[in-house]
Amino acid sequence: MLNIMEVHETNQMIEQEKLDVRTITMGISLLDCISDDVDTVCEKIYTKITTYAKDLIKVGEEIERDYGIPIVNKRISVTPISLIGASACRTTDDYVKICQTLDSAAKTVGVNFLGGFSALVSKGMTPSEELLIRSLPKALSSTDFVCASVNVGSTRTGLDMDAIALMGSVIREVSEATADTDSLGNAKLVVFCNAPDDNPFMAGAFHGVTEGDAVINVGVSGPGVVSRALDEAKGKDFEFLCETIKRTAFKITRVGQLVAQEASARLGIPFGIIDLSLAPTPAVGDSVGEILEKIGLSQVGGPGTTAALAMLNDQVKKGGIMASSYVGGLSGAFIPVSEDKNMIDAAVSGNLTIEKLEAMTCVCSVGLDMIAIPGDTSAATISGIIADEAAIGMINQKTTAVRVIPVIGKKVGDMAEFGGLLGRAPIMPVNTSDCSEFVYRGGHIPAPVHSFKN
Amino acid sequence: MNKAIITVVGQDTVGIIARVCTHLSNSHVNVLDISQTIIDGFFNMMMIVDYSDSTVPFADLAEQLATLGDEIGVNVRCQREEIFTKMHRI
Repeated sequence: MLNIMEVHETNQMIEQEKLDVRTITMGISLLDCISDDVDTVCEKIYTKITTYAKDLIKVGEEIERDYGIPIVNKRISVTPISLIGASACRTTDDYVKICQTLDSAAKTVGVNFLGGFSALVSKGMTPSEELLIRSLPKALSSTDFVCASVNVGSTRTGLDMDAIALMGSVIREVSEATADTDSLGNAKLVVFCNAPDDNPFMAGAFHGVTEGDAVINVGVSGPGVVSRALDEAKGKDFEFLCETIKRTAFKITRVGQLVAQEASARLGIPFGIIDLSLAPTPAVGDSVGEILEKIGLSQVGGPGTTAALAMLNDQVKKGGIMASSYVGGLSGAFIPVSEDKNMIDAAVSGNLTIEKLEAMTCVCSVGLDMIAIPGDTSAATISGIIADEAAIGMINQKTTAVRVIPVIGKKVGDMAEFGGLLGRAPIMPVNTSDCSEFVYRGGHIPAPVHSFKN
Repeated sequence: MNKAIITVVGQDTVGIIARVCTHLSNSHVNVLDISQTIIDGFFNMMMIVDYSDSTVPFADLAEQLATLGDEIGVNVRCQREEIFTKMHRI
């Protein structure tokens, strides 16, 4: 029988330590919406999404009430649109039209983000995929809730340098197209290497082509819970510290598993995976940076940060894997600068640099995330940053990503304000030494030697 | 059997248990176990109840209890049991 202390612990996690289910994301395959006429594609997409996801919000709210656990976001991911639009889209405006259809479907069902306006170009781009990428500035500036991602490399295929070169200039164009909102468009655009097919978190969520017709993936979070648990580990050795993180991750994941199974049963859609990621929010106490500081750093970004993050990420995965048989997605610690109060502080004080963040991405679950850079950063420099990050993913057989935001009209020392969960970010200095000769060579970087495992 | 956990947290006062139990009785919700303690200076009570025969839907029951808590001046939560058992039992 449950005892009162256990019940108290759970409710304290929810009420005071901000334990929540960060997202229920319904993955929907749009492969059966393909047509050679763009209006037909749009109509089929709208009908399928609004049919499959019509009860998503209602069911999410019911589960919140039944278990007393907040479910912060209800979202949708769809098949990468470059595949769906390939035979219908002749111009970038055709892709913009599909993007706007996705946006209106998202608004109809009431979700706050829809991911999958994506192209998977890890070895090369088809003309259609290139069209989608070139449509991004207009697509992202004329919609509110659609998130886009481009996978530019993988361990198996190497890096598509043509796509990386193109993304540098596209990111600049997206910034310019959304200059009046601190270039917010780029908060909805991620460049991946080794993108997972089942990630429920935005902006990088899409419904992989290997997935079924529809699936429920759940993202659980809880930096606040881990942070609070670490208060008990103060002054103790690493064994105690690791055990504390692992136990906490286990408990958090079990809640996610429950919510995922309930959502799956109530919606009549198969359960896919739980993604246990420590995803910070700008709220005080909901910070991955704070966890690293409790582990023993005076401020995140200093020496020891990478090791502390590596340990944190690993313990989170170990606890999560024990708690659910279907852990997937990114599962680990997120380090989005603008969404994490302690990281914002460290960036403002100059203790956290892009170079240190790059090192941190070698050991955490994602990449350079929500980093505001000067508005005059060149396209080649952005491509160079993407290439570096993608290379880390390719060689280390892990997912890496870049979500940098060149904020038009702002320079180092200014702040960019994105609002809500996306937070605020200091403009961070970027190494501007020229890499254009490297970036614009053309072609692709071959797959690394450890991809040959056949 | 459908079990739920009701927790009451706040300043101790006369008649908390009586009022919560009266409400449960009126809704045909059976109390299986009650325990209480003081945590961080606050009155904490936990009830395990069976709501299989409840005359009101679970969501309404939870909302009514929360409203009752507001009237008494304490925080009353009613949650399905699984969130606790999943978290604390392998």
